[in-house]
Amino acid sequence: MDDGLYQIWVYLSTTPLLGLTVTLVAYQTGMWIYTRAGLHPLLNPVLIAVVLLVGLLMVTGTDYRTYFDGAQFVHFMLGPATVALAVPLYQQFQKVRRSFALILVAVLSGSTTAALSAIGVAWALGASRETLLSLAPKSVTAPIAMGIAEATGGVPSLTAVLVILTGILGAVLGTWTLNALRIKDWRARGLAMGTASHGIGTARALQVNEIAGAFASLAMGLNGLATAILLPLILGLIF
Amino acid sequence: MTLGFITWLLVFQLLGEVISKGLDLPLPGPVVGMALLFLGLVVRGELPDGLKDTAGGLLKHLSLLFVPAGVGVMMHLHLLKDEWQAISAALVVSTVFTIAVSALVMVGLSRLFGNDAKGGDVSDG
Repeated sequence: MDDGLYQIWVYLSTTPLLGLTVTLVAYQTGMWIYTRAGLHPLLNPVLIAVVLLVGLLMVTGTDYRTYFDGAQFVHFMLGPATVALAVPLYQQFQKVRRSFALILVAVLSGSTTAALSAIGVAWALGASRETLLSLAPKSVTAPIAMGIAEATGGVPSLTAVLVILTGILGAVLGTWTLNALRIKDWRARGLAMGTASHGIGTARALQVNEIAGAFASLAMGLNGLATAILLPLILGLIF
Repeated sequence: MTLGFITWLLVFQLLGEVISKGLDLPLPGPVVGMALLFLGLVVRGELPDGLKDTAGGLLKHLSLLFVPAGVGVMMHLHLLKDEWQAISAALVVSTVFTIAVSALVMVGLSRLFGNDAKGGDVSDG
């Protein structure tokens, strides 16, 4: 019996089916826990899925390449999904055309602050070059941030995890920071959440106020574009 | 989701890759594709329903799509383990700073240009 199971395992572990299936199961488990917990930002579904999958691969002694052979079918869709981000960006852009210049300046200042402060603090505390380059795009939505990390010499998978952690921090600390600064303008509150903590911050902003949600979504898209263009220039000056 | 609009997304991604590689830009191809599609929509002045649905379908599970890449962090766990203090400090400080700076700049500029919170600019689409 054990031998039979082992044979099946040997067979399955070499086909893409297993990697693909466990990815979907892990993600849905994450979603289930997140929904059950009333959408609490600390129980982020992607983080849960990643922890479950890393644990599974380590316990079964499977290497990442083998897993990725199956999971690449999901991974491939990142490209078209990134292009598709133009659609919500355009929808929000249409709503705020009149104050677009103000929004752009605010997002650009946030984008620069995010990269410089992260690099500055980590550098002062002795982080390696690899870590610094992976940290720099962490406020940007994950598909774009990973592309930026790849283009600028960071580690895309480390960036993906740092992006999620940043999102969680923004969702947890955002309200507190904005209240401490006495910012009551929903537009500014949403914009700040979307700029600093991408989709996770946007989801949080949407829960609180519709206007904040719209501005967060716009800021997230703009910050993705802004960071992709600015960061290589900033990094060129620093490194 | 219609096949036609999936094809359009892939065409824009491909265009983005070609431009990015061709001009040796430090920009990811899909981001160039996104910028092109955005400009295309601005020029066209309207959003086709099919594209809206297709994009919505893809983006609904956007976070699933970066799980496989995220799992790759298992090959870099040493970085997280050795540098967790620097990384956590950087994440916390930078997130709070970024929220503060972007919100303050937005509020400041709105006051400066008399485009105040009251009135809800959001509704005048």
